[in-house]
Amino acid sequence: MSRRLMKDGRPLSPFSIVVMTLLVILWSIPTLGLLVTSFRSRDDAATSGWWSALFNPFATDWTTSNYSGVWTGQDFSTGFINSIVVAIPATIIPIMFAAFAAYAFTFMDFPFKEFFFLLIIAVMVVPIQVAFQPMLDILGPRGLGISGSYIGVWLLHTGFGMPLCIYVLRNYMSTLPTSVVESAKIDGATHFQTFWKLVAPMSIPAIAAFATLQFLWVWNDLLVAKLFLNSANTTVIVKLQQLLGTQGQGQELLTAGAFISIVIPMLVFVLLQRFMVRGMTSGAVKG
Amino acid sequence: MSTAIPKVINEEAQPPDRSVEGPENVGQTQPVKILIGIVGMVAVVWFLANLFLAFSYYPEWFGHKIVIGLLAIVGGVGGAAVLFFFLNMFVEGLPGRLSQGVIPYVFLFPGLFFVALMLIYPTFQTINYSFANSDSTAYVGLQNYQTIFGDSEFRQSIVNNILWLLIVPAVVVAFGVVVAVLSDKLSAGGEKLAKSLIFLPMAISAVSASAIWLLIYAYNNPGQEQIGLLNAIWTGLGGSPQVWLQIETAKLNSILLMVILIWLQAGFAMVLLSSAIKGVPEDTLEAARIDGASEFQIFWQVVIPQIKGTIITVFVTVFITVLKIFDIVYVTTNGSYGTNVIANLFFNKLFAASEAGQATAIVVVLLIAVIPLIWYQIRHFRNEEANR
Repeated sequence: MSRRLMKDGRPLSPFSIVVMTLLVILWSIPTLGLLVTSFRSRDDAATSGWWSALFNPFATDWTTSNYSGVWTGQDFSTGFINSIVVAIPATIIPIMFAAFAAYAFTFMDFPFKEFFFLLIIAVMVVPIQVAFQPMLDILGPRGLGISGSYIGVWLLHTGFGMPLCIYVLRNYMSTLPTSVVESAKIDGATHFQTFWKLVAPMSIPAIAAFATLQFLWVWNDLLVAKLFLNSANTTVIVKLQQLLGTQGQGQELLTAGAFISIVIPMLVFVLLQRFMVRGMTSGAVKG
Repeated sequence: MSTAIPKVINEEAQPPDRSVEGPENVGQTQPVKILIGIVGMVAVVWFLANLFLAFSYYPEWFGHKIVIGLLAIVGGVGGAAVLFFFLNMFVEGLPGRLSQGVIPYVFLFPGLFFVALMLIYPTFQTINYSFANSDSTAYVGLQNYQTIFGDSEFRQSIVNNILWLLIVPAVVVAFGVVVAVLSDKLSAGGEKLAKSLIFLPMAISAVSASAIWLLIYAYNNPGQEQIGLLNAIWTGLGGSPQVWLQIETAKLNSILLMVILIWLQAGFAMVLLSSAIKGVPEDTLEAARIDGASEFQIFWQVVIPQIKGTIITVFVTVFITVLKIFDIVYVTTNGSYGTNVIANLFFNKLFAASEAGQATAIVVVLLIAVIPLIWYQIRHFRNEEANR
């Protein structure tokens, strides 16, 4: 039996090629449909399928007015800035706290160490819904009165991201050679110095892995943003959800709005995919 | 292998005139360090608390939102670093043995503080509130539980959640295995491209994904051209256009919503399973081939047993996601037409109906549902540690 070979010497598998091509098309069509529709005029989009625009590209009334309409008319520009202001601090702040904790879990021995770590593992699975009513009390008018501003959301995402961050960093740190830390200790370095000069710099790949996952999670979050941000501070995802809720008018803006909300996470995803995969393979589960 | 290196360093690094800074030599109490440490910590916490409260109370002080965001990053990260610096100084000032005993907890405390404040304390408070009235001002015993279990909407949500749990994780895992196996047989470039495109929806929020799929499920009146892909195909095959998300027969609308989540999660499963399959040793496959096993037998009897651990991990992760499924149902049907799920019911009780008691009772039901998963996670972790 003669089979054609690929460049690397493995046999060519026509079955795999056909099935995978079909699956890739199937997986890409929904997003393609959104992208095409977002550039079509209202009348076109309401009277014919987006694929007809692809078949007759010259008869189609291509427009960018949906984007300008949703950006200024629906104030997605504000939502976009809010999303950035919410997501970046909420991604970075947990890391420092988690890194110290992960260091303690990896390189130190102390009573109740296992108890504390099992606690971290347990709360990773706890649904974040448990936090809402109690935190609305603490942050809302009954408490500090800061519900609605960014700080509440930063705090919540810091808390929700913390177990995962500790877990990912600890898993990574435990793969570092202990001899490095041992020798630093013998050289007279304190734990504080060892952390800053050795362990933190060596953990950069794991930090990037967590940061990628956390950024996508915070940017794409609807629940926390909807409950804890007022309308002036709300994110692009909540804006999109509100636009989805108003049926009928503004349907042509919806597709452009959805695409605006996807651009940044997509960019992060494409650039940092490598790190993200590493974060996931280190056993990332989030409650 | 690594034993030789520390020994050498060990001998070199112990000159007779050892520096007084060595950790073993920190014997005496150093009141100055303790004092500076405490004052520093208090000052940092005071300053950060005021800075962050000012972001909320007086946003106009800072001009633009971006300034607030930047200051939050600087304040959050820099503040954490300075806080740890003073914490460390405080501990170093303590007498030697006490210092060694305290320092791990000092490293742990700030991180655990956030976990305790945002997750552990609220868990108990939520359980507490579930026995109280709608604005948590008086206890009402088990009334909330009686109300929710007596509510047909709640029972239907439970049934739907179970349906989601039975279908989505299994389909996602099966799909992930198929894609991982097939893409492994493609050329290197083809594999990379195919996997990237299937992985891409991972970056898309559930809300945006719902917008994408609402376009596919869109409905126009009969006689008009169908703009939704599903109805276009359906009418092309001779059917009449359907309002898909209102069809409760055989839970079709719920299943169409599950498709959205499967589309989002498949890439995640594929990536993990693909790396597991690439880790299967070639010689085990070769041995099976020499024994005359077919590719199909090799897959089931050699590959699958070796990636079983990853399959379970992916299954559990997707399972946890599905258990709390909210966004997709909320933005597409908001639970009408028999599609409601527990997390959506919770949100509507809390947000729209302001029924804190019932909402927290629903969360408690969710909490009870995750207890077996917590047990599984802990057991899984212990096994991994044992094999490390």
